[in-house]
Amino acid sequence: MARLVAGFVLALMAAGAGADELNMRRGVTEISNAVYDLHMYIFWICVVIGIVVFGAMFWAMIHHRRAAGAVAAKFHESTKLEIAWTLAPTLILVAIAWPATQVLVAMYDTGGEDLTIEVRGYQWKWQYKYLDDDYNSEVAYFSNLKTPQDEIHGRKEKGEYYLLDVDEPLRIPVNRKVRFLITAEDVIHSWWVPDFGFKRDAIPGIMNETWAIVPPDKAGIYRGQCTELCGKDHGFMPVVVNAMPEDEFDAWYAERLQQEEVRKEALSKTFTPEELMAQGEQVYGTYCASCHMPNGKGVPPVFPALDGSAIATGPREDHLNIVLNGKTGTAMQAFGKQLDAAQIAAVVHYERHSWSNNTDDVTQPRDVIEHMGQ
Amino acid sequence: MSEVVVAGHDDHHDHGPDKGLARWLFTTNHKDIGTLYLWFSFLMFLIGGVLALVIRAELFQPGLQFVEPGFFNQMTTNHGLIMVFGAIMPGFVGLANWLVPMMVGAPDMALPRMNNLSFWILPFAFTLLISTLFMDAGGPNFGWTFYAPLSTTYAPETVTYFIFGVHMMGASSIMGSINIIATILNMRAPGMTLMKMPLFVWTWLITAYLLLAVMPVLAGAVTMMLFDIHFGTSFFNAAGGGDPVMFQHIFWFFGHPEVYIMILPAFGVVSQIIPTFSRKPLFGYDSMVYATASIAFLSFIVWAHHMFTVGMPLAGQLFFMYATMLIAIPTGVKVFNWVSTMWRGSMSFETPMLFAIAFVILFTIGGFSGLMLAITPADYQYHDTYFVVAHFHYVLVPGALFSIIAAVYYWLPKWCGRMYDESLGKLHFWLSFIGVNVTFFPQHFSGLAGMPRRIPDYALQFADFNMISSIGAFIFGFSQVFFLYIVIKTIRSGKPATDRVWEGAHGLEWTLPSPAPYHSFTHPPKVTDAEAHS
Repeated sequence: MARLVAGFVLALMAAGAGADELNMRRGVTEISNAVYDLHMYIFWICVVIGIVVFGAMFWAMIHHRRAAGAVAAKFHESTKLEIAWTLAPTLILVAIAWPATQVLVAMYDTGGEDLTIEVRGYQWKWQYKYLDDDYNSEVAYFSNLKTPQDEIHGRKEKGEYYLLDVDEPLRIPVNRKVRFLITAEDVIHSWWVPDFGFKRDAIPGIMNETWAIVPPDKAGIYRGQCTELCGKDHGFMPVVVNAMPEDEFDAWYAERLQQEEVRKEALSKTFTPEELMAQGEQVYGTYCASCHMPNGKGVPPVFPALDGSAIATGPREDHLNIVLNGKTGTAMQAFGKQLDAAQIAAVVHYERHSWSNNTDDVTQPRDVIEHMGQ
Repeated sequence: MSEVVVAGHDDHHDHGPDKGLARWLFTTNHKDIGTLYLWFSFLMFLIGGVLALVIRAELFQPGLQFVEPGFFNQMTTNHGLIMVFGAIMPGFVGLANWLVPMMVGAPDMALPRMNNLSFWILPFAFTLLISTLFMDAGGPNFGWTFYAPLSTTYAPETVTYFIFGVHMMGASSIMGSINIIATILNMRAPGMTLMKMPLFVWTWLITAYLLLAVMPVLAGAVTMMLFDIHFGTSFFNAAGGGDPVMFQHIFWFFGHPEVYIMILPAFGVVSQIIPTFSRKPLFGYDSMVYATASIAFLSFIVWAHHMFTVGMPLAGQLFFMYATMLIAIPTGVKVFNWVSTMWRGSMSFETPMLFAIAFVILFTIGGFSGLMLAITPADYQYHDTYFVVAHFHYVLVPGALFSIIAAVYYWLPKWCGRMYDESLGKLHFWLSFIGVNVTFFPQHFSGLAGMPRRIPDYALQFADFNMISSIGAFIFGFSQVFFLYIVIKTIRSGKPATDRVWEGAHGLEWTLPSPAPYHSFTHPPKVTDAEAHS
């Protein structure tokens, strides 16, 4: 009993202090603040009911003990009492339902957006696409976990944002209404930024909709995680959002549009083997190493080794085929949907020239494009 | 009076149990089958507990120390499946087998041979399920809720074993519930009218109807999965025109009543124990029955509160929020009734009473977090975090499980004719009570601070609470091994128990000798007011 009381006191203190480690975060948006207030409101109602009910129980346990000489009364019903404790909770519930409904209605007001971003869950990363009015996208990129395997396996000290850091965060402007269209490519994921006060499931075949306005004085980095079990690396696909001042965001977006031109040019370029190896190692580390392992040994029998494998040392056509189209019934995804020809070329080249693999071919982006055309 | 009953049947063959293994394989005796269910439940509880300790060991510190993420997912999945379908449900069926016939004054269950079958399916079902953990592809790893398409298109090959395992468990549950309904409705002793039945019998009657209604739904869900996986259908595959969200609707249409299947019999147990040790009749018997029935009805119209984040329309969200909040009313009535039963009683605190009181307090805490979770906008923040893990463990561990343990302490002297050791029982209670709170209370905090459930590794700000939680889990786990020791010690060498066992106990089962004879109430007993609805 003492622990219980201590636990409750702790919870109360937490509520009072608003400590991040103990309580829900207030967050930064109007909605997240409303949700926090609602949460605290219900919490205090529960505390009060708890004090009354448990108080009566403990009173009885102390005073109505046989050891204290208590003699049992005979009563076993009271219609008045029973009506009272059916009606009172009903009124309390109405008092909770009313503000809850208001907040929910506000959350569903998704119209009037300034910017629409498609959030697409993949095993095990997020893709962000900035959509124009016709739902076309010029700027799209993946956001992958940046925490190194060495930190996860305890070979290096864990960094400040352990498991909550990505190679490229989602960037949004403050002070504008950003609408998120949330979906998934493979299994169900869930996109959650606690400081924005909502999470939405990312479901294949379904577009879910939600929104956020980050106030102008709240620019900064906000972190969350995938919150629907999505397979092996469910715990390793963080959500990181960088809410930027409007002018910075606009400048960044213009720059991304330019980079897009550069990327398109790369598709027709011829790279040196060294360039391919360097680029390939980076792609491999991000997309392949979690299953096939950095040393190419895989985790047989579920994730086969690439080092010395028939695919990675045999005909290149087969190798390109499996990387582009995946292998059904296994965890091997169709990377043709996720990477461009330059990245595919680099990673295939890397796999065919790493560890003990040493084929005599060089894979260029045009080889990949040619293969895809067949 | 039961001596007379036994003597009257000497003209038939010997009614004692068979010798050796045959007794257990071929038995149709409700007491033997109850015993089988209870031991099976305890075995599953230990296996499920070991999986839980693997989980807590991995989560003791941030980083991956003991297991790989894929294996971790197998642990969480099978922990859930084994505890729900292997430990809690068979535990309650075991109690029903032992107690329902004795409480209503029947000689046995209505359908004794089917009773044998419904038990003996279970070891095969669970062997099928657990064997997958030792196969190359690994066991089920998609969570006990097995959401498609993770459990279909992306599942390990062993998912088919899982599907057939679930089919078998479902068949067992359906037969068990038919048997319980048939027994209660047809085999009550004269004078044992429905509104005189002990509350444990009432809650099981309602639970059995819930089982009958929803186990076929579960069977339908896994059959559709089977077809998606092997026969090219697309029930849940968006690429083929199916709908992954429909899976969740079907699953939770089963799943929410399932939650009450695991808690209503617990309400029944506690409603037997609290009056006994308060030496005062149960307060508000009629309203207890109506509240149980209301909860059962509401359980069919609240399922989508498990799915607030899937993106339902506003009207749907509001309906499920309001309907869910309504459950607080009959549940509150129950808690108030228990407190009023204790009020101005003459209480003593033997082990079953301690577990029952802890049940009321800790289940109520789980009810509070349940009310918070019902509030849709707030649920967006709580959903799929450790706050939910804390919530359902508070209603299932110090809820359902504590009630089963309380029931064992309460009725064990009747079953085996020997008293357990009171000081050991109390020690077991305090270890369990401390263990369960140290394990699960901090999970409220880590959930609110943002820790998702079902992750093998976590960000550094969650480290302290996870460490505390893991320590609590090991305390709790090992104190259940101690429980096993106490039970075995009681059966082997406990002091002989009296027939009434507890001075405040009322009910037909206490009119039988201790241990209860192999065949009881072969002639219906007379139901006096003193033995009705305690």
